[in-house]
Formats: sequence, structure tokens, C-alpha cells
Amino acid sequence: MNLLGDLFTLFAKLSLLAVGGVNSTVPAIIRMVVDQRHWITTRQFSQLFAIAQAAPGPNMLIVALIGQHVAGVAGALAATVGTVLPSGILVLYVSNIWHRFQHARWRRILQAAIIPITGGLILSAAYVLVRAADTGWVLALVTVTSTLLCLTTRLHPLWLLAGGLLAGLIFT
Amino acid sequence: MTTDVTRKLDNRSLFIGFFQIGIVGFGGVLAVARRAVVEERKWLTATEFSELFSLCQFMPGANITNFAFAFGSRHGGLRGAAAAVSGLLAAPLVIVLIMGALFQQYATVPLVQHSVRGMAAAAAGLIAATAIKMALPSVKQLRSVLVLAAAVGLVVGFHLSLPVTMLALLPVSVALAWRP
Repeated sequence: MNLLGDLFTLFAKLSLLAVGGVNSTVPAIIRMVVDQRHWITTRQFSQLFAIAQAAPGPNMLIVALIGQHVAGVAGALAATVGTVLPSGILVLYVSNIWHRFQHARWRRILQAAIIPITGGLILSAAYVLVRAADTGWVLALVTVTSTLLCLTTRLHPLWLLAGGLLAGLIFT
Repeated sequence: MTTDVTRKLDNRSLFIGFFQIGIVGFGGVLAVARRAVVEERKWLTATEFSELFSLCQFMPGANITNFAFAFGSRHGGLRGAAAAVSGLLAAPLVIVLIMGALFQQYATVPLVQHSVRGMAAAAAGLIAATAIKMALPSVKQLRSVLVLAAAVGLVVGFHLSLPVTMLALLPVSVALAWRP
């Protein structure tokens, strides 16, 4: 199959299911690009994910890095457009209905129903990423520290990533 | 909602406006977008912003690109959407691809390997913290805890695909939320 077309449709499908943002599809992305297509390993995925976090802009750029890994700049663009376009068009169509039913009961119910699903999906994503990244106790300690600091302080994420980088450099 | 728009922005201002949002937004762009769109440029009122953004959060896909897409299209149709989204992503995309290319080039150098490994561990911690923050509101009600636990179980335990998970959980979750 045409690689660029495959990248586009893969991420288009995933983005249409990405309730609560692209992060909630991390296990699904891993399933597709690691288990089924063997483009990268789980550990490579966790490293690309870290690079996407360290760059400015939306976290969805992980898809661009996967596309780049598979098919260079064209691959990055195919994956990015796939992630942006179908869900964007869907939002356009829904935006009018959404506004009209601002106070409707079903809208509140639907919103309330989505929240725990999103929470569960992102927890799963975290579990998968932690398992992939933590190959030793030092790295596990880095993860726990960064989780706690992120929860309890207002420290900028970049400092936590830099701290992890240093810890990896010195202790592993 | 198209009636809310009092003055139409041209594609150039859309591109420039979202370019500036994209370039400064580290680790999540929501706060930056809000300040730029509501406070600095007064493109939307606070209420309009919350309304549109809550939709973008609810809808699937990347929240902030959904937002740029919807906002841009209100002003200039599909071309406006393209201007806003490409403005938002242009700089971050170039930067992340340079970082990705450097990583691919030097991935075998031990020094790079070790530092990226440490960074990946920290990034996993960041997402874990985000997940905890997002899951916490659901812990207050039994129905939400059940759905949340079921989602984790289906994805992590049974390795079900995302479509199947959604198909299984959404009706259940809606039914549980359907209370007078």
C-alpha cells in the first residue's frame, strides 16, 4: 500500500476516535505502528513522544515524528494532515448543532458520559508509556519524580524534561 | 454560531495570529491561545472562547488544531481554516522535525541514547500526572469510576482496539449518566 496514503488514513481514523485529545490514542497508535506495522519499537515511540513534548506547540506533533520516521518530511505532513483535517471538518459540522443545543439535557449527559472514558483512555496511555520508558529503577525514579513535581508544583514541563535528560545522562 | 462574528479576519491575520500562538506554546497551547485570542486580540469574548473550546475538547482530535480549524473557517471558510491551522503548526512542525532528524542521525550515540531515555522517562511522568489530574474528577461518582476502570481494563488488559472500546463503553456510560 502507498505509504503516505497509509499514514494519512491511519491517523485520520485515529483522530476521529481521539476523545480528549491525541494523548488518549497513544495505546492505539502504539498498537498500529508498533504491533501491526512494525515501523518502530515501543521504546522508540516513548522517545519520539518525549521529543514531541520538548518541542513548542501542540502535543499532537508526535504523529509528525512517526510520519517522519517512516517516510521523511512527506510522511510527517501526511500524518499531520490526517490528524487535523477529518476531526476539524467534523467540528465545523457539529459546531452549529452544539451551539443550538447549548442548554439541552442530552448535551450535558453526553459530556458527562465522555469524561470518565477520556480519563480511562489517558490513564491507559500513561501506563503504556511508563512501561515503555522505564527500563530500570533509575528511569522509574525519574518518572515518579516528574509525576509528583508536575502534580504538586507549577514547575514548567521543560524543566522536568531537562531534569530527566540530565538524570539519564549521568545515571544510566 | 457564525452570526457571532462581527468582523471578518483575513487569512493573513489568521495565519499570523495562530503562528504566534504556536511558537510560544510549550507543553499545551490552551493557556496561550486563550490569552492571545481573548485578551490581546479580542477576537472572541471569554464566553465565546469557552463555548467554542469546550466543543473542541469534546470533539475527537487535537483540541487546539480543532479550535484553529473551527475559528479560521468562521472567518474565511476552508481557506481561513487552512491559514489558521498552518499558522499554528508551521513553526512547531519545523522545530520538531529538526529535532526528530537530529535524533535519527545520532540515535546510536550512547550520550544521546542515555539522555533521550531519561527524557522519555520524565515525559512519561508528565503524561501520568495529566492522566491523574483528568481522572480525579471521575473518582467522585461510582458510575464514573466504573467506566474509567472499564476503559483501562479494555485497553490495557484486553488490548481491545480503540473503536471497539468506544463502541462498548459509550452506550454504557451514557446510560449510567442518564439520571434525572
